[in-house]
Amino acid sequence: MAVVELKNVVKRYGGGLTGKAARSEEAPAVDDFNLVTEDGEFVVLVGPSGCGKSTTMRMIAGLEDNTEGEIRIGGRDVSDVAARDRDIAMVFQSYALYPHMSVFENMAFSLRLKKAPKSEIDQRVNEAASILDITHLLDRKPRALSGGQRQRVALGRAIVRQPQVFLMDEPLSNLDAKLRVDMRAEIVKLHRKLGVTTFYVTHDQTEAMTMGQRIVVMRDGRIQQIDTPNALYARPANMFVAGFIGTPSMNFMKMRVGDDTRSLKGETARFRAGDAFTGDLLDSHRGQEVWVGIRPEHLQHHEGDAGALENGLSGTVDVVEPLGSVTMVQLEIDGHRITAQLEGDTRARSGDTITLTCESARLHLFDVVSEQALARQPVESAATA
Amino acid sequence: MNAQRSNIGLAVVGWLVALIMFFPILWMVLTAFKTEQTAFSTTPEFLFSPTLESFRTALAQGAGYWHYAFNSFFTAMVSTLLGLALAVPAAFAMAFYPSKRTDFTLVWMVSTKFIPAVGVLIPIFLIYKSLGLIDNDWGLIMLFTAMNLPIMVWMVYSYFRDVPKDIVEAADIDGASTMQTMFRVILPLALPGLASTGLLALILAWNESFWSLTMTDHNAATLAVFIASFKSAEGLFWAKMSAASVLTVTPIVVLGWFAQRQMVRGLTFGAVK
Ligand SMILES: Nc1ncnc2c1ncn2[C@@H]1O[C@H](COP(=O)(O)OP(=O)(O)OP(=O)(O)O)[C@@H](O)[C@H]1O
Ligand SMILES: [Mg+2]
Repeated sequence: MAVVELKNVVKRYGGGLTGKAARSEEAPAVDDFNLVTEDGEFVVLVGPSGCGKSTTMRMIAGLEDNTEGEIRIGGRDVSDVAARDRDIAMVFQSYALYPHMSVFENMAFSLRLKKAPKSEIDQRVNEAASILDITHLLDRKPRALSGGQRQRVALGRAIVRQPQVFLMDEPLSNLDAKLRVDMRAEIVKLHRKLGVTTFYVTHDQTEAMTMGQRIVVMRDGRIQQIDTPNALYARPANMFVAGFIGTPSMNFMKMRVGDDTRSLKGETARFRAGDAFTGDLLDSHRGQEVWVGIRPEHLQHHEGDAGALENGLSGTVDVVEPLGSVTMVQLEIDGHRITAQLEGDTRARSGDTITLTCESARLHLFDVVSEQALARQPVESAATA
Repeated sequence: MNAQRSNIGLAVVGWLVALIMFFPILWMVLTAFKTEQTAFSTTPEFLFSPTLESFRTALAQGAGYWHYAFNSFFTAMVSTLLGLALAVPAAFAMAFYPSKRTDFTLVWMVSTKFIPAVGVLIPIFLIYKSLGLIDNDWGLIMLFTAMNLPIMVWMVYSYFRDVPKDIVEAADIDGASTMQTMFRVILPLALPGLASTGLLALILAWNESFWSLTMTDHNAATLAVFIASFKSAEGLFWAKMSAASVLTVTPIVVLGWFAQRQMVRGLTFGAVK
C-alpha cells in the first residue's frame, strides 16, 4: 500500500534516438503527466486507443523508462529502480501466465524467487486461491483453463505478492460481456478487501465509471481531466471528456449567446440559460457562438404547445431504437444529429416532428475554439439528482 | 468427384517424388547386401541372394568402424553442446535486449554461410597446422561448432522470439533476475525449439565430410573418412562402401526418428489469451 506520485512525466519513444533528435521527433506518447494518488486508491486510466494508457502503466511498472519527470512509489523515487524491485504486481491483458507451470506454481513463482519458506508459500497461495475461488484448479496448467479462469489466476498471481501497488492493463477485455460485468464487481470487491493502491487501464468508459474512485481521462498522451466519476459526468472539463464519458454520448449543438446574455439561440432551438450559468461567462461571449452540450438522458419529450417553451428544440425523428426501459430517438435539429433518451413507451415514431426540452441547469457550454468548458454548472444537485 | 480425382493425382505425384528421392538410399541399402561382383554389374539387379559379407568386412577389426564411429559421435555431440552453450546466450541477448544492429548482426552471421568451405580451406589448414590441431578431435569440434553456430543462433533466436513478451515482462515484475527469467521461464518454453536446433546441429556435424576428410588422417577421423577409405588405391569397393554408408547413416536416422516425436510443439498454447 502506497501513494504513487507522477510528476511532469513524459515518455517519448525515440526509436533508439536520444537527445535532441528524439525530442524533435513525433509527439510524445505521454506528455506532462501529473497525478498523486491517495493511499489505497483505485485509479482508472481511460481514453481511446493509443492515448498512452499502457505507456503510463508500464512506466509505473518499470517496464519502460520515463523520458522526463519523476515517479515515486511510497515516497521513494523509482527512476533507477528495476521493475523487479518496485514491489508492484501487474495483471496483463493477455494474462501472461507461465504456460509450463501449474496454476499453483504460477502463483507461487514470485514467492519462490524470494526464497519464502514453503509453508508460507502454501498458505499465501491457498489463501489467494480461495479468495478467487480457484482452489480446485491449482494443479492444472494454464492451457486447461477457460478465459475467465485464466483471468482469476492472473489476479491470484498478483494478490499473492501482497504488493504496494496493483497495475491492471485492460484485464477484462478478453472476456465475454457477462463475465466482464461479474469480474468487474469482483475486482472492486477485492480492492475494497485488500486496500492496495490500484491503477486500472480500460478504454471502456462504463468500466471506468463503475470501478474508479478517481478517473484519469487521457487523449493523445495528455491528461484531459482527473476527477471522480460523478464529477466527470456532471462537470466535464472539455468537449472531449463530455463526449467520452456517458452513454450514449453527449449531444453538441452550435448556438449563439443572445445580447441579453441570458439566452442561447440556434436556428430553431432556443434555451433560456436562466440562473444556471454565471452571468460573467455569458457576458464575455455576448453575441458569440458556443457549443452547447446536452446529454441524451436529459432531453424530454414535450407533447404540448412548442411555442410557449423557453427551452425547446424541435426536429424530425429519424431512427427509433426501443431498448425496453428506454427508447433512443435520433433526430436532425439545426443540422446537428441529436440523440434523446425517452421513455420506453414513448409514442414518437420515425418521421414525426417532435419537440424536446431540457432543464437549463443540465446544459454544458464550451468555447468553440478551445473546446474547454465555459461555465460549469454551479448547481450541485443537478449533477447528482 | 473432381476434387477427389485431383487428390489422387496429388498423391501419385507425391509418391513419385518421394520414390525418386528415396531411390538412391534404397540402392545404397540394396548394394550393401550384394557381393562386389553383383554390385559392379552394369545391369541393375533387384533380385539377388543377399549376403552380409560387406558388413562383415566393414565391421572387421582392421577396418576400425568403432574408432571412426566414436570420433563421429564425440565430435558431433560435443560440438552440438558447445554450439548450444554459445547460441543460447547470444540469441537471448538478441531476442530480449535487441539493439539497433541486431538485425544486421543476424544477417551478417548467416551470410558467413554463403562462403563455400573450400574458400577458407587454406587459411584454416595453415592455422590448424601451426596450432597442431590437424587430426585432432578438438580441432574438428571447433570447426563443426563454428560451422553450425550461425544457423543455431538464428534458430534459437526465432524460438525465443516466439515466447510472448508479456510472459518475460511478467517474470521481470514477479522479481526474476535475467538469469532466473532465462532458466526458469524462457528455456523451458523454448525447449522443443532447442531440441530441434540441437538435433539439426548433430545431424549436420555427423554428416559433415569436407572438413573431416581434409583435416583428419586417422586419430580424429570420422565415419566420413571411414566410407571414403573404401575408395582406395586398390580400387573401388561399391558393396563395402555401401555397407559402410549404411552403418554410418543408421544411427542418426534412428535418433532423428525418435527425437521427432519429442519435438512436437504446443507448450506455449494457453499461456497468452
Ligand atoms: N514500443 C513502442 N515504440 C514506439 N511507440 C510506441 C511503443 N509503444 C507504444 N507506442 C506509441 O505510444 C502511443 C501510446 O501507446 P499506448 O500503448 O500507451 O496506448 P494505449 O492507450 O494503451 O492504447 P490501447 O487502448 O490501444 O492499448 C501510441 O501512439 C503508440 O503507437
Ligand atoms: Mg494499451
